[in-house]
Amino acid sequence: MSERNAILARIREALRVSATRPGAHAAPPTSRAAAAPVSRDRPAGSSAGGFARWLPRVGAGFDELAAAFAAASKELRTDFHVLEHDAGADTLLGALRDAQGWQRVASHRDPLTTRVAESLGLPVLWTEDGYDPLELERCDVGITACDLLVAQTGSVLVTSASAGGRALSVLPPHHVVLARREQLVPDLPEGLRRLQAKYGEQYPSMISFITGPSRTGDIERILVLGAHGPKHLTVLVW
Amino acid sequence: MTAPATQFKAAAKTLAADLRHRSLIQTALGKYEVKRDEMKARFQDWEGARQVAADIKFEAINHLDRYLEQFVARIEARGTKVHWASTAEQARQIIVGICRDRQARRIVKSKAMTAEEIHLNQALEQAGFKVVESDLGEFIVQLRDEAPYHIVFPAMHLTRGEIKDLFDRKLGDAPSDNPEVLTMVASRVLRQEYVAADVGITGANFAVAETGMISVTENEGNARLTAALPKTMITLVGIEKIVPTLADLALFLPMLATAGAGQLLSGYNTLYGGPRQPGEADGPEAFHVVLLDNQRTALLADAEQRDALHCIRCGACLNVCPIFRNVGGQTYGTTYPGPIGSVITPHLRGLQEWKHLPFASSLCGACSEVCPVKIDLHHHLLQHRRTARAAKPVWWEKLAFRGFALLVNTPWLWRLSLAVGRVGQRFHGLVKGTKLDPAYVWTQSREAPALAGQSFKAWWRERGRGTTDHGGTGPRDRRPGTRDQGPRVTSHESSRNDPGVATKGGTAHE
Amino acid sequence: MKLTLFVPCFVDALYPQVAVATVRILEQLGHQVEVAEDLNCCGQPAFNSGCWLEARPVAVRVLEKLRDAETVLIPSGSCGAMLRRFYPELLAGTPHEAAAQALAPRVFEFAEFLVEKLGVTDVGARFPHKVTYHDGCHSLREMHIHRAPRQLLAGVRDLELIEMKQVVCCGFGGTFSAKFPMISTAMGEVKCTEALATGAEYIVSCDSSCLMHVQGLIDRQKLPLKTVHLAEVLVAA
Repeated sequence: MSERNAILARIREALRVSATRPGAHAAPPTSRAAAAPVSRDRPAGSSAGGFARWLPRVGAGFDELAAAFAAASKELRTDFHVLEHDAGADTLLGALRDAQGWQRVASHRDPLTTRVAESLGLPVLWTEDGYDPLELERCDVGITACDLLVAQTGSVLVTSASAGGRALSVLPPHHVVLARREQLVPDLPEGLRRLQAKYGEQYPSMISFITGPSRTGDIERILVLGAHGPKHLTVLVW
Repeated sequence: MTAPATQFKAAAKTLAADLRHRSLIQTALGKYEVKRDEMKARFQDWEGARQVAADIKFEAINHLDRYLEQFVARIEARGTKVHWASTAEQARQIIVGICRDRQARRIVKSKAMTAEEIHLNQALEQAGFKVVESDLGEFIVQLRDEAPYHIVFPAMHLTRGEIKDLFDRKLGDAPSDNPEVLTMVASRVLRQEYVAADVGITGANFAVAETGMISVTENEGNARLTAALPKTMITLVGIEKIVPTLADLALFLPMLATAGAGQLLSGYNTLYGGPRQPGEADGPEAFHVVLLDNQRTALLADAEQRDALHCIRCGACLNVCPIFRNVGGQTYGTTYPGPIGSVITPHLRGLQEWKHLPFASSLCGACSEVCPVKIDLHHHLLQHRRTARAAKPVWWEKLAFRGFALLVNTPWLWRLSLAVGRVGQRFHGLVKGTKLDPAYVWTQSREAPALAGQSFKAWWRERGRGTTDHGGTGPRDRRPGTRDQGPRVTSHESSRNDPGVATKGGTAHE
Repeated sequence: MKLTLFVPCFVDALYPQVAVATVRILEQLGHQVEVAEDLNCCGQPAFNSGCWLEARPVAVRVLEKLRDAETVLIPSGSCGAMLRRFYPELLAGTPHEAAAQALAPRVFEFAEFLVEKLGVTDVGARFPHKVTYHDGCHSLREMHIHRAPRQLLAGVRDLELIEMKQVVCCGFGGTFSAKFPMISTAMGEVKCTEALATGAEYIVSCDSSCLMHVQGLIDRQKLPLKTVHLAEVLVAA
């Protein structure tokens, strides 16, 4: 506790002199006293959702949002499909299975994923309590549900509760996300609002915005996909 | 000169003249600038967003005690152990201690500048642990046993050929220098590490007070894996990383990605609020958060420069800094290079020893202009100069500026010195560009400008007396041997020969 | 309008033609110009070097001499920034703080004054050349001058303006150029490369100090470029 108290004491001592607000641009030291006193209130405009007006514009309604998500996906090289119904997922994933030669599938028990994962006719590793990460490492694809899709950024929001733990959505080289139409939200502020509404104080231990397949530009700033995480990200919505 | 200053000057001299380095960095950052501008343009109001982001960080930093306590209470409520470290040494001891308690042998790390700051890897290796950096760029510089070049792009100073050679030597074989092939070589090595490691160590980009979570931004998924598979997770966080609410991330995450990498959002933005919770399939059994002060409270106490703690480490100021682009990141000899490094290093490690960094700036202000949280970077460099000189004046410099003040404040002395200078510059050619040249610092690489034959004020006085009407040509050079170079509008180059100015309409107005 | 011209030391001694051109243009527009004859320097070299104690007497003298000036005009964005932007900071907490703050709004850079205060964008000049424009960092980021010089160049007959791809510092930085000559030179070389890539014959700027640095490199490296102050372009016919 002593370091905690020492650090907090230093902070309180330091904050006895107030600073000028950002943007005041190197105001002279002596005018500090004359500057507006530091408000204990939250700064104006930063209430939840207020950020939408600075962020990139997004449309409204499923079709516009899906179009925005599709446009972002194209840039990110996410494979995004809007389907009529869940049977479409079986067909699409069956084709991917054949094209990429999947041998082992990993997934988690969820109303969306269980049936689709089993439909592939391959051995399925379910990431449940006590699963072996080494086995997951040998799987070709991880099929997960998600919490939300964010149209503005083409992001998939997964949590350790909604997507079969922490590793399933990032260890296999191909990540398939299954989502319902009502899970598509316009922007990040709305995404975080929905997250807070859904979990209240009981947040899962991991919450992740996945935006495109794993990528790196660390060699000559040249884009390479699948640095550590999935090389392929497929998002199916119906 | 202090040892860091000597090292900086020597390294800067070499790299500034290294055309291969210049072209590599110009190309890489040129690409970044195009993407960054494209993403900024998508914001409905980027400038407005900057002000709001700055205001939020201002709020957080100026109530840091309150938000830290809130953060700690919330994250501990979900079973996280929080540690407080006043110094780098304390932080190292805490982390080494956790690894020992957990009987760890192998440690996997995702990129964390705070870990670089406290030299964590060396401490862990000395304590007998095997540490592997999992971010590709960090992995590469770790193999080379050197510090990251850039806080966001650690290996941007290396070509694919150099990386291939490195992998050949250290990892056995790299089949080609294709970036994709090289990435896969590294990835194969690293995937084994995630599964085998006992401890995963990450940094944090933000710490959310409201919900008690740390937020980690990355593109590769290496931090996700580092936080997923090892049984113990340790996160090292500078105390300034606080943001008040979860909603704040809706602004900060896209701004960080846009300013830092020219992306609308980075590949993975992940919040961790605790160890594996009941009912979850995997995740670490134990989660430790180490809060690091290491002189941050000293910077906090400097109200004038407190906003330097707003920094979200996006690296935008490095990317636009002409100094950084010409001398490279490693030249600084600091954890944090570039403008933000030149502002905070004197606070973290001592102004007198590191004052050469604030002086190594043309004060162009490109950094302040791009900073997403509006840190007044280049003015802070000026303030550092003032504080450094006030505490420890340089006698000859004081004398020189006093002399100069006397010169410019005494009109007859100014006139006299121009006259003397005109005579003197005739002989400049004898020593020009040699070490005997009093202007050597300039003339070693640049031609010196010449004093005009007649100063503006001399012309103005003559004109006022009506004794000379130059008919619009202005003062003329009366030095012998002057050639008239012809162009009616003179360039600054030809001014030494023909300072005259051509006008239209002759002297109609006179 | 009564105009007081502040001619910085290096313009007076090295580039008198810039100040002459400034006078000519203003007179041609019908304004009476007065020159602050016994002012030579704004004190920026000492200020930027951290020697604020040595910079203050220079600044104080400037404040005294310009106390009654209605409008102060400086053909240099950098010196303008010193008066307008940095004097209040330099003199904060001294008895001269109020005078510094009172002077700031009366100070204008030349191009800014023509366009923003006088509303003039065409002075009838003709300059049949390809040019590129260099934003002095102080002009751009402390004085926020960007549009004005470009509007003035657009008003020049037969002039073609080609912008550089990067907005980047020329590397001068006052005493920086002497303290870190090799970094400063490298920056200047980047600037010249940018300018050459436009195919322009001239680099135009509102800052003679930047041009001094760039021209020093051009001359040493014998590059096919010339530098010229905006005022000189505007008196060309």
